[in-house]
Amino acid sequence: MTRQLIACEECDVLHRRVALNAGCAAHCTRCGAELFRSRAFHIDTVLALTLGSLVVFVIANAFPIVTLEMKGVRNGSTLFGAIETLYREGRPIECGLVLTTTILLPLTELMILLYLLIPLRQGRLPARFRLYLRVIQAIRPWGMIEVFLLGVLVSLVKLSSTASILPGVALWAFAALTVLLAVILMFDPRHLWDLAEELAGGHA
Amino acid sequence: MMTAADKGLMVCRTCGALCRRVRSTPQTRCPRCFDAVQFRKRDSIGRTWAFLIAALILYIPANVLPVTETRTVFGAQQDTIMSGVVLFWTTGSPFIAAVVFAASVVIPMLKCIALALLTVTAQRRSRWRPQQRAKLYRLIERIGRWSMLDVFVVTIVVALVHLRSLATIHAGPGAAAFGAVVILTMLASNSFDPRLIWDPVETTHDSGTSR
Repeated sequence: MTRQLIACEECDVLHRRVALNAGCAAHCTRCGAELFRSRAFHIDTVLALTLGSLVVFVIANAFPIVTLEMKGVRNGSTLFGAIETLYREGRPIECGLVLTTTILLPLTELMILLYLLIPLRQGRLPARFRLYLRVIQAIRPWGMIEVFLLGVLVSLVKLSSTASILPGVALWAFAALTVLLAVILMFDPRHLWDLAEELAGGHA
Repeated sequence: MMTAADKGLMVCRTCGALCRRVRSTPQTRCPRCFDAVQFRKRDSIGRTWAFLIAALILYIPANVLPVTETRTVFGAQQDTIMSGVVLFWTTGSPFIAAVVFAASVVIPMLKCIALALLTVTAQRRSRWRPQQRAKLYRLIERIGRWSMLDVFVVTIVVALVHLRSLATIHAGPGAAAFGAVVILTMLASNSFDPRLIWDPVETTHDSGTSR
């Protein structure tokens, strides 16, 4: 009986589940919050996007984001280099904050997605999938690549008045990564719970 | 309208499954994802206040302490978040000034005021404009993360401006306090349970938005 019902997470009103057309979302009749969405992409698409994001993530972190030139002195920095500088300046809190939100959590999410999606598309349940799926949902709000990209752009404007700026490969990689991650975020991990439940054959 | 709680059902926050309460154990677990489920987020009001008050306390050093310290051949200069915004405004980047002002000043303040309003009304079991309050909650949940902007700007600027004797920029203590404010307000809005807005509203007949 509970299978056909869904409760609004923001106001608790019960609704009957209906089949949705592709690209549609169901909203709560009382508070207007989104109840559920039709599956935006096939699982293969999400896997492809995840692999693509990982490649772009490596490029974004391997090359300097931007190089500054002032009277013949040049200085470029990668994201990790910037984080290291904060540490050397004796700012461990900022260092930890930036490291976690721009490198650790986005990378963890992509790795877990990869770990889950490869077996799932072959019809197998990966070991400890419940734990990993819960981790993905817990860390999602804390990855901040898109905010970081805006931060880089603001810094460039800030510095452009005093020095000449040479945008690096990683800047474009971060822009691409922001778009890729935004598309991946359109995929609701709840669909993986449904899929895992189907695979487990009801005894989950 | 009937709520899940009326039917004795709990919604799993992780996978969305509806769970029946198991009376034999103190903590019911979701049969699908094994995560702990409750009717409402635990100690929602108390936790929201705790994070919010901590954020408000740190809001003072975040705005008073310098976030960057610039040393050039002409001397040293310390900048707070607000003086950074003013600098953008006066050096001919009003758009960037507006973006930084919105992310670093308007959003955290708006978020703290909105959360205080939501928590007070939920605590008093107010039936005042639940629809609008629900919208307000959704808004602050979505925009809160953008306040981290200034922390990232400091990171990049400090890393790049290390041009030996010409100019160096060092990170000030304000940025850490500011980052903590952002994290704490995110934790506060995460602790708040929006269902508390709706619980005092009668569900048997549609009482709508007019109250």
